[in-house]
Amino acid sequence: MAGIRLAVPETAQKGDVIELKALIQHPMESGFRRGSRGEAIPRDIITRFECFYNQEPVFTADFNPAIAANPILTFYTRATESGELEFRWTDQNGETWSDRKSITVT
Amino acid sequence: MRIASLCGVALLLAACAPSAPTSRTSELSPSDLQSGYAFLTPETQQLQDDPFENPGYLWVDRGERLFQTSAAAATPSCASCHTEGLSGAASSYPAIEPSSKRLINLEGRINQCRTEHQELEPLAYESEDLLGLTAFVANQSRGQPYGIAPSRELQPYIEAGRTYFETRRGMMNLSCQQCHSETWGKALRGDTISQGHANAFPAYRFEWQSLGSLHRRFRDCDTGVRAEPLPYGDETYVALELYLATRGAGLEIETPGVRR
Repeated sequence: MAGIRLAVPETAQKGDVIELKALIQHPMESGFRRGSRGEAIPRDIITRFECFYNQEPVFTADFNPAIAANPILTFYTRATESGELEFRWTDQNGETWSDRKSITVT
Repeated sequence: MRIASLCGVALLLAACAPSAPTSRTSELSPSDLQSGYAFLTPETQQLQDDPFENPGYLWVDRGERLFQTSAAAATPSCASCHTEGLSGAASSYPAIEPSSKRLINLEGRINQCRTEHQELEPLAYESEDLLGLTAFVANQSRGQPYGIAPSRELQPYIEAGRTYFETRRGMMNLSCQQCHSETWGKALRGDTISQGHANAFPAYRFEWQSLGSLHRRFRDCDTGVRAEPLPYGDETYVALELYLATRGAGLEIETPGVRR
């Protein structure tokens, strides 16, 4: 189970630009490091991040090995209607983690 | 003979350290007391201060979930006894456990609760769950004064911790004191040496890319001077933790701190 922290405003005025933050606990092991006995540490990274606003994608990102562990993203979208924001991370093996937050737009 | 050799030592010291400007003694003066926070870049300070972006809160969240839920149907959760929360608990440890008369730290106290009141296995030191619970409990004292007042009962343990702090060790033959009481504020490669306070632990370190306990930090320092580190939870490390809590009394608890 990955730890996820989301920051989404609970309410917004229609048309407002809102700030969204998403943090996930993940080692983001680059695959370029070696352990104390010289053995290669295999790559283990998230490759894709997606944010959906009422099922519609509003922000996506491809992650590469140089992204730090426990990555945090801050991005913006325009508040259009009340509903739900879904944040989804997918790792190199296809495993996904997601969480949701609802927003009321007046 | 002795006077001659003392003079020799004095001359040698004077010759080696011609530019030592301060009259800094081996003891940290209370007026100089500074948290490791003061040695961070503004960006890192901002990361620690932001309750959302501070990655240490991932573990605080994890600890909160563990605190609220019971591990089995018949097992009480932490929250079912500690209904008022545990504000202030972090500044009462290390303390002497009355029944066993041993010095225990917050991690030890959490594990004792598990074995005595919840009939659960103790959590492994440095496991994600124990880090989470420790961070969650200590975070409830964030902003409160850090430190433990010396008492006659605690004195032997404080002395044991002080002895460890002041003893030179490892291939580099350095004591904790030489860096953290006498040389703080100066550069050590790309870093500034802090005063070595424990008020932000468990803390998130960039080097670890994870939250880590104070004992992990001790082990890093011991390894850094090429000394054999002690095991996690070792009683000497707990005594050192206690000595640091008397030495740094007056600072604020910052758990979860962010450090390099």
